[in-house]
Amino acid sequence: MSPAKTKKAAKATTPSAPKRIDVRKTYKLYVGGAFPRSESGRSYEVRDAKGAFLANAAMGSRKDVRDAVVKARGAQAGWAGATAYNRGQVLYRVGEVLEGRREQFVAEVAASEGVTRTRANALVDQAIDRWIWYAGWSDKVAQVLGNLNPVAGPYFDISAPEPTGVVGVLAPQGSSLLGLVSVIAPAIVTGNTVVVLTSEERPLPAISLGEVLATSDVPGGVVNLISGRTAEMAPWLASHRDVNAVDLTGAADATDVDWADLEVKAADNLKRVLRPAGSGSDAVEPDWAEQPDLSRVRAYLETKTVWHPKGQ
Amino acid sequence: MSTTTATSRARDLLGVSSLSNASLTTWLHGLPGVDQVGCEARAAALGTRSIKTTSKAWAIDTAIGMIDLTTLEGADTEGKVRSLCAKAVTPDPLDPTTPHVAAVCVYNDMVGIAKDALKGTGIHVAAVATAFPSGRASMPVKLADTKDAVEAGADEIDMVIDRGAFLSGRYRQVFDEIVATKEACGQAHLKVILETGELVTYDNVRRASWLAMLAGADFIKTSTGKISPAATLPVTLIMLEAVRDWRELTGEMVGVKPAGGIRTTKDAVKYLVMVNEIAGEDWLTPEWFRFGASSLLTDLQLQRQKLATGAYSGADYVTID
Repeated sequence: MSPAKTKKAAKATTPSAPKRIDVRKTYKLYVGGAFPRSESGRSYEVRDAKGAFLANAAMGSRKDVRDAVVKARGAQAGWAGATAYNRGQVLYRVGEVLEGRREQFVAEVAASEGVTRTRANALVDQAIDRWIWYAGWSDKVAQVLGNLNPVAGPYFDISAPEPTGVVGVLAPQGSSLLGLVSVIAPAIVTGNTVVVLTSEERPLPAISLGEVLATSDVPGGVVNLISGRTAEMAPWLASHRDVNAVDLTGAADATDVDWADLEVKAADNLKRVLRPAGSGSDAVEPDWAEQPDLSRVRAYLETKTVWHPKGQ
Repeated sequence: MSTTTATSRARDLLGVSSLSNASLTTWLHGLPGVDQVGCEARAAALGTRSIKTTSKAWAIDTAIGMIDLTTLEGADTEGKVRSLCAKAVTPDPLDPTTPHVAAVCVYNDMVGIAKDALKGTGIHVAAVATAFPSGRASMPVKLADTKDAVEAGADEIDMVIDRGAFLSGRYRQVFDEIVATKEACGQAHLKVILETGELVTYDNVRRASWLAMLAGADFIKTSTGKISPAATLPVTLIMLEAVRDWRELTGEMVGVKPAGGIRTTKDAVKYLVMVNEIAGEDWLTPEWFRFGASSLLTDLQLQRQKLATGAYSGADYVTID
């Protein structure tokens, strides 16, 4: 028997094993299907609802946003070019993997949002159901939002929805998983790609979602997740000329973020802007438990109308 | 420089009575060997310089002005060459302060079209000749190729060396081919492509650089862009050292042109830093340093727009090649 084995055997019989050393986590970003550190080299502490240390998360910078947009742009044509059926299958697969890792999500949601395990369980259920619900729309959205238009002439006149392109998303600050899923799924189901600034204080479920996406069949670059300070990165995302739409949902309750400023920046290249819920400048986070409609899907679609001559 | 003057000057430099393959071999193999680790470390270290704000703005404009905007595809058409020329003159129609590029680099048969499209702009037309990219043709064909391009109005000729001959040690043959091509160029500038990706070792890159300069090259160029690896920082560093040492020896300046694989502003800035540090400031002009590139211009424009507007730009805001 080798000395190492002897040692191991001896250790196993020791009545009180020494306390394990903590495996302290420092998470990274999810960009282009890979997990890079922030270009800035920074990280920040993520704490639970009671203030206890949970993990370190990468503190993304404007250059991470820039890199993520490049990846999202690179992935967009391929993702939009996949058949709707295929996109639906891929997203359904994500639902399967989420289900397989639900325990981790329940723990992270409970810690991040300070809710009971029962409540966290319900939130994870809702989040997975929400994802599946949106996935199902991939090959149905054209029937509902497209049309064969009546025209006075010998033409077929067809309107079909097409993805807008790259969508910048400010993920909800409060609802760390259900809200996150509710903003990502409707954007990507139709063939858009997204760059998501995760909840500043509650990024862990988003980071785990990145791990889920990396191990399912979603092509790299379709979803890019950047943790960090929303106020620092959001202006760069909103002003980026290669981003076609921004979702400002997460501006509600974000520290030092004025969504009107972001809308002004976005207007520079005529981006589509999805304003946060609430009236005037008082942005509020929507009630994610409500059954959604197609409005978030429709927000990132362009309608292409084709006139085609019709034979007699 | 005629054949005889090139050869007699080479004889003087080598200190021999007749320029034989043996004397060239002795001379080229007498050059100090390249310290591979040191060279790569130096190139990597120079690549870490941080160039920001006004320096970056200067570097971007300088780099744009040094580009040989290139299209060397079998699928090239007159229309494509014309649109490339239009881009060369006005890279960014939204911003007239953007400088124009140094030259447009095309295949032989497109020289006339490019010349016509660039009339009066001061932008040179460069043609690749001598059976580019392989160089596998007989000497009369290579010379006819060169003369054809010069007659069509090419201001610069990019020739390839016979790598097979070079690697077999037939230096005299390579020397003679460069000299003959230089003669066929007349007034046109001659850039000699070493195709460093096929030369195997850094020592060979150094020898090929010296051989080309000895034969009268106006520029030494890394690659055709058809072979991978194309231009790399260490290879360019060796070539910059060669032109620096050549000036020390003869008092003449020779230009350097890395080509192929330089796609981002960051890459271009690294090269500019290296030019400044290795060869010296005198080389930091389009007359003595060029980038052989096509997509690099797009990235330089995006960075230029970012500096001007404060927002990241995208492909929708630059012209399509």
